[in-house]
Amino acid sequence: MINHHMNHENSGNIHFILISASLIAIYVYIHAAQLSSKIYRKWPIYRYGCFMAGILCVTLTITDPLAGLSHMDFRAHMISHLLLGMLGPLLIALSSPLTLFLRSIHISWARRISRVLKSRFFQFLTHPVTTSTLNIGGLWVLYTTNLYVAMQHHFLLHIIVHFHIFTAGYLFTISMIYTEPTPHKHSFMDRAVVMVLAFAGHGILSKYIYAHPPDGVSPVQGQIGSLMMYYGGDVIDLALIFVFCLQWFYATRPRSLMTT
Amino acid sequence: MTNHPPKNNTAAQRKYAKRNLWTGILFGFGLVAFIDEVVFHQLLHWHHFYDKSTKDIGLVSDGLFHAFSWFATIGSSFMLADLHRRHAFWPAKWLAGILLGAGSFQLYDGIIQHKLMRLHQIRYNVNIAPYDWTWNLIALGLIIAGVLLMMQTKTKTSSSKRSTAE
Repeated sequence: MINHHMNHENSGNIHFILISASLIAIYVYIHAAQLSSKIYRKWPIYRYGCFMAGILCVTLTITDPLAGLSHMDFRAHMISHLLLGMLGPLLIALSSPLTLFLRSIHISWARRISRVLKSRFFQFLTHPVTTSTLNIGGLWVLYTTNLYVAMQHHFLLHIIVHFHIFTAGYLFTISMIYTEPTPHKHSFMDRAVVMVLAFAGHGILSKYIYAHPPDGVSPVQGQIGSLMMYYGGDVIDLALIFVFCLQWFYATRPRSLMTT
Repeated sequence: MTNHPPKNNTAAQRKYAKRNLWTGILFGFGLVAFIDEVVFHQLLHWHHFYDKSTKDIGLVSDGLFHAFSWFATIGSSFMLADLHRRHAFWPAKWLAGILLGAGSFQLYDGIIQHKLMRLHQIRYNVNIAPYDWTWNLIALGLIIAGVLLMMQTKTKTSSSKRSTAE
């Protein structure tokens, strides 16, 4: 059906590199967190866990067996989508890697990078409307055009799409819950409205796939994939909404409670 | 306990009267959507995930309401916790909101989404009329109960009786 027979030795090498890169990322994260805990406030334990779980989600999707299966099986592809585009970015966002990076480098460099993050461009890139469009709009393009089929045939396109899925998911998450330095903040109400619209766009696309699966996907797999996307998305949305509301709950703490 | 806290309570309750109502409305929305999903989709399998006669606008409406009610369920729970920490929780107002929210969502679902947008029917392969009537009359009953309760709590505020402190 689809040409997925990559050179096996070659793919073995790629897997070795990917898994090594994941392990190195985890090692660097733990090392940096422990070093910066000596200088600044102690790095919370839960963030270590979130980072490792997030990296695990990403690594699972880009290595076999899931990566190989995703080429042929829409259900496997949908699991990849949930892990790489939603759960992975959420967990990694909760581990605040950018904050840790800025804490770990020399202060003059941290200032320089902060200045770049404050620029117009990043203000635009991390605007909730931009990130929602990149995230949900990207998925509409992927599943309703022939990009889904094209991606299975062109290795480079495959990598670009997957990089986009993760990056868009991550930008979307940090534009909704503020776990990283956020120079341009938007009100809870604005973010809530955009978030609901984005979730709606995800839900509508899921149901659309139920009746109109992408080219090359059988109706049965399309229907199962659709249900996975719809209900799986709900579960991860639940976690994102929960963190969002929790941040609201802390931010709107009445003054009378702050002193006690 | 001294005599002061209950009096403060009522003042806080009145200050946040509207928020009590809205917290209830949002929770009612979420509650109905949750019952709809768990009971009618998952347990009874009466509702269908996708109906071939669904109009595009039906899919859009379903997506928006599904996302909104999901958000409302969690958001209103946090709003409830917020009312509690401000000592402003007003159960009667909150309940009126739940009835209003639940009733209006069910009516919207029953008339607009099921009938006009043909999202899906309440049940398949049966005479649907009694189901539709029951569904929408319950919705109407909830709304009427909500309005009555809301009016009742309103008169209590104007006469500033302490009985609302319950």
